[in-house]
Amino acid sequence: MEWEVVIGLEIHAQLATKSKIFSGAATAYGTAPNTQACAVDLGMPGVLPVLNKEAVRMAVKFGTAIDAHIAPRSVFARKNYFYPDLPKGYQISQFELPIVGAGHLDIELEDGSSKRIGVTRAHLEEDAGKSLHEDFHGLTGVDLNRAGTPLLEIVSEPDMRSAKEAVAYMKKIHSLVRYLEICDGNMQEGSFRCDANISMRPKGQKEFGTRAEIKNLNSFRFVERAINIEIERQIDILEEGGTVNQETRLYDSAKNETRSMRSKEEAFDYRYFPDPDLLPVELTSEDIEEIRKTLPELPHQKKERFTNSFGLTAYDAGVLTSSRELADFFENVVISSGNESKLAANWVTGDFMAALNKAGIEITKSPVSAEHLGGMIQRIADNTISGKIAKQVFEAIWNGEGDADTIIEKKGLKQITDSSAIEAIIDEIIANNPAQTEQYRSGKDKLFGFFVGQTMKATQGKANPAQVNSLLKKKLNK
Amino acid sequence: MSLQQSDIEKVAHLARLGIDPADMPEHIKNLSSILDLVDQMNAVDTESVMPMAHPVDTAQRLRPDEVTETDQREQFQAIAPQVEAGLYLVPKVME
Repeated sequence: MEWEVVIGLEIHAQLATKSKIFSGAATAYGTAPNTQACAVDLGMPGVLPVLNKEAVRMAVKFGTAIDAHIAPRSVFARKNYFYPDLPKGYQISQFELPIVGAGHLDIELEDGSSKRIGVTRAHLEEDAGKSLHEDFHGLTGVDLNRAGTPLLEIVSEPDMRSAKEAVAYMKKIHSLVRYLEICDGNMQEGSFRCDANISMRPKGQKEFGTRAEIKNLNSFRFVERAINIEIERQIDILEEGGTVNQETRLYDSAKNETRSMRSKEEAFDYRYFPDPDLLPVELTSEDIEEIRKTLPELPHQKKERFTNSFGLTAYDAGVLTSSRELADFFENVVISSGNESKLAANWVTGDFMAALNKAGIEITKSPVSAEHLGGMIQRIADNTISGKIAKQVFEAIWNGEGDADTIIEKKGLKQITDSSAIEAIIDEIIANNPAQTEQYRSGKDKLFGFFVGQTMKATQGKANPAQVNSLLKKKLNK
Repeated sequence: MSLQQSDIEKVAHLARLGIDPADMPEHIKNLSSILDLVDQMNAVDTESVMPMAHPVDTAQRLRPDEVTETDQREQFQAIAPQVEAGLYLVPKVME
């Protein structure tokens, strides 16, 4: 039988506020355990949560960016369960009335077409602490620094039909929250993580199958692998005539398998109810408009502008707008190059990004500034250097030897465009290689490459290649 | 609405409450009568009334995003049953 997978994602994005969602404790990552866990985060008796204005603003910003309905009135609810990293015995979340309602965004598929993915809702909630299970004489250590960090949980519609689509959607949300500057997107530190709901159905069937939820996927690669391995597991069960259990599973990246979280076998009954400590959050349409006005140019808008005004291919525009930092860098290169946008796109997506990847450096820490790269591109465009020599210049800029003009001057890399100089060199080469000249003239065309090579060697690669070609043809065909 | 003993046991377990079996009939009676009151309220036509999320009919006050809390780990951990390396220690919980 042919099977179809149905995937929905729940993405947790930590909001980049300075303080927690309901307390004035700091949210910085990597500080000593429990030094940022105040009485409110610890769930001490008698404390009162007070909502962080910035967390609300960030949630609304996200909502307006995906054309979602923003609730004029949203309500916080208690989600009740017992776990040591949740000291109150409940998580403050939103249930019936989330702050962000239905919205959508478009993902690009491999064949170049695009697909609209629905976002069911996005709600505000508090993050839990961290449990450490090793080395405490059989006990569990609890660090509550993360408890109370604001989270935006973004719930998608079950609109994705392959692991690749799920990853494309997750990348899109990742790029969006970073464009909006509401989440740092750091997956290693857990600022951006994802749960996947996966079910199978015979192709063509309308009803959904029973789904399993895979928890805590914290890299794009793991999401893709975990979904594919879960698809195989469910198909195996179904083809043997079995049924998939509705359950929560964990992905083990070391073994590349998903397994049931046994402790959660007892069905969860969260008994949500409105949190009496918090009043409804009310937003006027003016409040919402005010926030909408702060939206930056969004990735898809930027991509469209890059294709239209820079004449880039959709692919290049997609790569260059994948992060705001890269897009800004590229635009600065274009300006410094005197609007050589295509050459700039080739260099940024080619040698420049390859060098960053090879060195494992983020673009924000690039040793080559946009101004220096743009300056070099300008010298390619005005024929001061050839594309080949430019690679040498680029390397020198990377190594901190100065800007392109300084390097070209110091190393004498200026392209030779004086045709009489090139002609003199060619004459000498022809005189020194009578046998090859003879063979070429009697029809051995392949030897043309030999003469080009000799000329470039004699000029240390500085001769203008197009000029060399036409002068050689002229001289050899005499 | 009349609750069964198993209903009381279930909600008590979810809330991690221990119940003295001797008190069970009392709990069944009290909780059932609360649900009777809910039934009575359900009979009222509330079609045109917006549900309240809170008895106080006002909106949430928002706090500026500022760090106002300082590290008081020493004081908090002084009253914890067991701590080590800055962590609160609790009976083992494993997935």
